[in-house]
Amino acid sequence: MTEQSPRKPELVCPAGSLRALKLAVDAGADTVYMGMKDATNARNFAGLNFDAAQAREGVEYAHRRGAKVLMALNTYGEARDPSPWYRAVDAAAAFGADALILADPAVMAYARDHHPELRLHLSVQASATNYEAIEFYRERYGIQRAVLPRVLTISQVAHLIKNSGVEIEVFGFGSLCVMVEGRCALSSYATGRSPNNAGVCSPAASVRWVEKGDVVEARLNEVLIDCFGANEARGYPTLCKGRFEVDGVTDYALEEPTSLNTLSMLPELINIGVAAIKIEGRQRSPAYVEQVTKVWRAAIDACALDPGRFFVQPTWTTALGRVAEGQQHTLGAYNRPWR
Amino acid sequence: MTRLPQDAATGGEFTLAVGPVTYYWTRASLTEFYAEVADSAAQTVYLGETVCARRREMKAEDWFDLARDLRAAGKDVVLSAQVLVESESDLRVLRRLAENGEFQVEANDAAAVRLLAGRGPFVLGPHINIYSRDALREYAQLGPSRWVAPLELSIEAVAAINPSNDPLPGGTGGAPIETEIFAFGRMPLAFSARCFTARHYHLQKDDCAFRCIEHPDGLLLSSREGEPFLSMNGIQTQSAGTHCLIGEREALARAGIRRLRLSPQARNFAAIVRCFDEVFNRSEPAAGAAAMLAELCLPGGLVNGYAAGRPGKDWSPVALAGNGRVAP
Repeated sequence: MTEQSPRKPELVCPAGSLRALKLAVDAGADTVYMGMKDATNARNFAGLNFDAAQAREGVEYAHRRGAKVLMALNTYGEARDPSPWYRAVDAAAAFGADALILADPAVMAYARDHHPELRLHLSVQASATNYEAIEFYRERYGIQRAVLPRVLTISQVAHLIKNSGVEIEVFGFGSLCVMVEGRCALSSYATGRSPNNAGVCSPAASVRWVEKGDVVEARLNEVLIDCFGANEARGYPTLCKGRFEVDGVTDYALEEPTSLNTLSMLPELINIGVAAIKIEGRQRSPAYVEQVTKVWRAAIDACALDPGRFFVQPTWTTALGRVAEGQQHTLGAYNRPWR
Repeated sequence: MTRLPQDAATGGEFTLAVGPVTYYWTRASLTEFYAEVADSAAQTVYLGETVCARRREMKAEDWFDLARDLRAAGKDVVLSAQVLVESESDLRVLRRLAENGEFQVEANDAAAVRLLAGRGPFVLGPHINIYSRDALREYAQLGPSRWVAPLELSIEAVAAINPSNDPLPGGTGGAPIETEIFAFGRMPLAFSARCFTARHYHLQKDDCAFRCIEHPDGLLLSSREGEPFLSMNGIQTQSAGTHCLIGEREALARAGIRRLRLSPQARNFAAIVRCFDEVFNRSEPAAGAAAMLAELCLPGGLVNGYAAGRPGKDWSPVALAGNGRVAP
């Protein structure tokens, strides 16, 4: 790898709707990522994502303002009929997407063969946690960037970047998957639908809230994921973030309902050569996307200007705290307090 | 029951495969377990530590010795590679495995696929995400002899991906790729960098005291109303329910699936293998075997939802009634 000073990482922001896309671009996103209104992407939620006309308008809006658009086609083509995934590749090429975010080798092969000019990114859903895995996709499909699962430590990320021939994108902010993305079928075990087979996790259609006296139960296809007292904040019953009983102890057995915030690690992320920092949250409101984008824009700019004096400004923390629904923030796997 | 020769008129048409032991067992337990497997009707045995690199009751050489013993006992032996590959030392282990030259290797990560490609036949494990025929075709070019379908795929989807009348060519000389399906056991559903067993004991992962060795079938996780739901096995999360395709003989035969993976559990495993052999290869009725397996399995009961494209935790005995041989 080259020895020149690390470059400023690209800020990649979520666009779950045309409104969110515009606000993200206006707030300083270098790049936005979006998906179509179907199972071809991993945020296949009701009321979210783009139809063809919106996608075209979104790409145009971003391009006019110098921002790039990535199209997430990051689920796995269905056995019965994988053709919607290929049509989505064609559509993305026609809209003028700057790159595709892919997980399925069959979709990668289609893009490589039919749209050789299209840039391909390896989705986090492809579960590439080491450079040999990334190399597999680079050699065969020519991927130019890989998004890393949120399970590696910062030193593992650094080692991977040193040994990898592609750009590396990491998650910087947002919800946290404790499981390796693309390697988790907990949701389909409970509901039949998962990120890999349907682009959803703990789908809303399977959630039932039941009031019982003073408590409210959150059930996922009837499995009791959590129950909340009158004064407790009620979290969405994502099943790995529920409270369960293990050996007579009831607690968050897999993951506390915290979210990821790596602002304080920004100098290190830049120093190890991270090419892009991704903000999670296509399912979040446009206002959320705008606020988070603004803070991260300011932080990346400040850090690039003078990494030695970089510190997390209290106004940033306040602004992020306001939109993060009072959730605790953690550095996730990057510093592995539990290691 | 007396053992009939393979390929007896009654069948012998389904190959039983013993999956890798996913738990941390003592060396003595492993030795005892594989001695039983050597005497069982299973023809294929997958060996190796797939979950956690810190588990070192067995060193690499021990696995190879065991593999040679089992091969001498007539078994087709495959060495299973670790699923979550993060560190340089994980990669070193993987490279050694890929270069072993003696046994086929089961790949469970794209790194393993890359290292095994073009080195002769290998197995595409259940943790390689292959959800369509086109995806299998991508991997077929690399020379696999066999693929193990991802757990959440239905029998119908598996059949559509690699139908028996039109299998994709893979291994040596373009031999057809065989299909194997996870047919019995608690299912490995998720992997994390975090160790849930260590977390339960308030221990750091790097100083975990190997507490998972105390839970030879994992650590049960139940809902707050006492319903067994999942099971924690180090960095792996399994189903509490035991996936069981004992009643799906006809459906599997129709789908052209002839290989069944039985995933080890600490107790009763020899009896479980016998049950499957009797139903699949010796024409015993499935209903009685299902009742017996419900007794032999771990807490959480039997499930089979994935087979029909339903939630994995569902159990439907419909197929058992459907074969017309229901026990009274």
